[in-house]
Amino acid sequence: MKRFSGFLLKEFLHIIRDTRTMLILFLIPIFQILIFGYVIKNEVKDAKIGIIDMSHDNVTEEITARLDAAVDFNVVREYRNYEEAESGFRANEIKAVVVFADNFANDLGKYRSADVQILLDASDPNLANLINSYISVILNKYSHEKIQTGTPALVSTEPRMWFNENLHSAYMFVPGTMALILMLITALMSSISIAREKENGTMEILLVSPLKPIQIILGKLTPYAVLSIVNVISILVIGNVVFGVPVNGSWVLLLLSSFLFILLALSLGLLVSTVVKTQQTAMFISILGLMLPTMLLSGFIFPIENMPVILQYLSYIVPAKYFLIIIKSIMLKGLGLDYIINEVLILISITVGLIALSVLKFKTRLE
Amino acid sequence: MRTVLIILRKEFKQIFRDRMMIPIIFFMPFVQTLILVYAATLELKNTNITIVDIDHSDFSRHLIAKFNASPFFKVNYQEYNYSLIEDDILKDETKSVLIIPANFEKDIRSGAPVNLQMNINAIDGQSAGLINIYVNQILSGFIKEELVEKTAINPGLLPASINVKSRYWYNEELNFKHFMLPGILVILISMISIFLTSLNLVKEKERGTIEQINVTPIHKWQFLIGKMLPFMIIGIFELTLGLSIGMLLFNLPFAGSVLTLFVFTLIYLFAGIGMGLLISDFAATQQQAMFTIFFFFLIIILMSGIFTSVESMPDWAQSVNKVNPVYYFMRILRSVILKGSTISDLLNEFIALIIFGITVMSFAVWRYRKTV
Amino acid sequence: MYRENIIEVENLVKKFGDFTANDNLCFEVKKSEIFGFLGANGAGKTTAIKILCGLLFPTSGKVMVAGYDVYKKRHEIRKNIGYMSQGFSLYEDLTVKENIEFYAGIYGLKRSEIKTRFEDLVQKLGIDELKNKFVRDLPLGWKQKIAFSVAIFHKPQIVFLDEPTSGVDPITRRQFWDLIYEAVESGITVFVTTHYLDEAEYCDRVCIMAEGRIDAIGTPDELKARFQSKNMDEVFVKIARGK
Repeated sequence: MKRFSGFLLKEFLHIIRDTRTMLILFLIPIFQILIFGYVIKNEVKDAKIGIIDMSHDNVTEEITARLDAAVDFNVVREYRNYEEAESGFRANEIKAVVVFADNFANDLGKYRSADVQILLDASDPNLANLINSYISVILNKYSHEKIQTGTPALVSTEPRMWFNENLHSAYMFVPGTMALILMLITALMSSISIAREKENGTMEILLVSPLKPIQIILGKLTPYAVLSIVNVISILVIGNVVFGVPVNGSWVLLLLSSFLFILLALSLGLLVSTVVKTQQTAMFISILGLMLPTMLLSGFIFPIENMPVILQYLSYIVPAKYFLIIIKSIMLKGLGLDYIINEVLILISITVGLIALSVLKFKTRLE
Repeated sequence: MRTVLIILRKEFKQIFRDRMMIPIIFFMPFVQTLILVYAATLELKNTNITIVDIDHSDFSRHLIAKFNASPFFKVNYQEYNYSLIEDDILKDETKSVLIIPANFEKDIRSGAPVNLQMNINAIDGQSAGLINIYVNQILSGFIKEELVEKTAINPGLLPASINVKSRYWYNEELNFKHFMLPGILVILISMISIFLTSLNLVKEKERGTIEQINVTPIHKWQFLIGKMLPFMIIGIFELTLGLSIGMLLFNLPFAGSVLTLFVFTLIYLFAGIGMGLLISDFAATQQQAMFTIFFFFLIIILMSGIFTSVESMPDWAQSVNKVNPVYYFMRILRSVILKGSTISDLLNEFIALIIFGITVMSFAVWRYRKTV
Repeated sequence: MYRENIIEVENLVKKFGDFTANDNLCFEVKKSEIFGFLGANGAGKTTAIKILCGLLFPTSGKVMVAGYDVYKKRHEIRKNIGYMSQGFSLYEDLTVKENIEFYAGIYGLKRSEIKTRFEDLVQKLGIDELKNKFVRDLPLGWKQKIAFSVAIFHKPQIVFLDEPTSGVDPITRRQFWDLIYEAVESGITVFVTTHYLDEAEYCDRVCIMAEGRIDAIGTPDELKARFQSKNMDEVFVKIARGK
């Protein structure tokens, strides 16, 4: 036991002394969360729009002023014609152009209707859609107030946003970042570190030492498990304090399931390291086979149900998918174990299977 | 000049003998375009919506038919039962539930205000926002067509007197893949230039061959040009391959001029290779180089506006982007490919990239020492 | 017979932070001699050789190589020297021929010149079968012989060899030294570091280093006489005890 604790200490020192890697390991989750939280926003803010006003009457000018005053928009230019507007689009000056037809105010008075055209730069389709609906809202509001004098909207919806009333994106990326970071630190780092011992030939020295193979593996993996738990907690704290992501369910359940996922990722890393011979291959396999699927096919950023069927089936073998369902249910929906028992069982069986497989691999290699 | 050619010949031999390089060069464009384009989609299609029809009227059936016709939704039906609805949302069986209230038709006909309750699982806030927009678009379409044209309700009651017609330029069908493809080409070219250059140089350090080069009378510019040119050529090849895949498999339109695209790409490759060089100046092992790049790559790609509009980012992030070459190249590729922008349209980006490239490259070359 | 100095080192000091790798070294190397640098691992041999090759800057002291100052004229020095480093510096994924063509090209040799010299080399070493093999597939002994041939292919004035024979069998070592003698006969000065004491006997003059300092310098016979020893082994042990 004393021998083992000495070995464990050595492993810890190894990791801690590689300052640069340590720094990156702790900075990646923090930077990632901050960037997602502050930078990646899917909302319209100060979108630059232009106008083509063929009428220039009091109504069109008032609408233009309203568009400009809205926080969503900034009317930056008036174009004389479509050609000018098009060159504005090409130079990325504007995202949309609102076109008022001739005799706008007149038509409105005479026929109770006038035409507005919205030209949108749909090279970013989602943004174009958002801008379109925001401009329409402003136009409709104007007509309610000014033209129809008080008639209420005929049919409207009363949206109720469950679990995330204000549509904070943090509710998505905080759990997602957890899954990604756990994969990165545990699977990627541990597989590289074991591959390095192999490359340097130090693995042989360890294997002929009086330490049991299981002790060697535990000694290699424990530091990464500890690092991961520290990271989980720091992500949860930042998510909660800075971005207000709640933990509505049980903390114990949340930490236990995170630990389960850490075990799973460690056994994945172990399996990778028993297969590969060099650090570079370990890196390659971990990034392509573990990180990328975790990023793309887990529902972290991209909703799985929008993908083609083949990718949807593929997502069933991505462990992070189940982990995300579990932690989102606990954190955001406040659900208990009975709702997520299926996912938990799946993760447990994957973990057991992976450990069995790596032990088998490890043994045959020794014999 | 002959020295440069000698290095070039050696580099190409080594690149094509590396067992990892062939898949990276030839398969990566396929993998990235095929998987990323399909997986990295924020487009909403066939989302589950449960419609609870309490009214069971002609109007409510018309409305449901409109939802059925929409490509955005896949409609399930359910009887009204609040705890069932709650359970469905909790278990992720449906993404949203729309409730058509009793007296829906009657109230509309009499001109009374009608309110439909819409429940959306909003953990994915972005999708939730889009769902809400689409539902409202369908509703206003329903009001216009079904009510005005078919039931001849008094148009005076209609809310909108300003007729809005929207036209989506450069991507009429709002094809999200056409938006993502140029972004994926940016990632591809960045990886080639930054990753491969720095790994290549660090490998010479690790193996010790760099020392042998450093004791020769070769000038460092000769050596560095010999190292850079292969990745420039590979970068252009990757762009061509990726673009062809996009055009053949995804009907990606190409509105701009090929020459403009290549000029911009060469400038960007120059800047990217400069960054790769700079990182290799500081890294001693391939692992260090990988992690350093991985860290910065993640940040500059996410900030470049690959998924979301840069204009929506906070001011400080926009200022950071002023020195982010990926941001410029992202704008450039999308504008040139989808909108047909020319160099004069993109003069700011053009100048910024050149300045960035020259600065980074000079710093990297200055930092590269034959003697330490 | 008077021979001019081709390397002159006065009061060379090299520090890495607090650690002094070379402490006030003074020596000179004469033209066309084999000058050996002897010492245990970590004695500072590699640091000194890297400074002479212009790979490291000295902290202080005067260092002239082939008549040029290492502070100012590194480019001129590089044209006149060859170097074989301790670690392996041929490209493993290029063939023998490609390695030689590459390095010779960098030194600016003409294509025709490379061709004739290469043919001579193939004959001399008898490597007709090996010349198109990848370096990674060669046995260590051959790798080192070829690395040496690459280092002197452009006919430098001086060649620096850093532990060229470490890890090879005695027979290959003997063959390697035959190559060194041949190079010296053609007028090349050889500067070699080693920790094999028997190899010291092959040198014209040796310099024994320990902990960054020079302990003794002279011909093998002089040193044996001074320390009343039968061989270099004894010399080395006596110097070590003397501390």
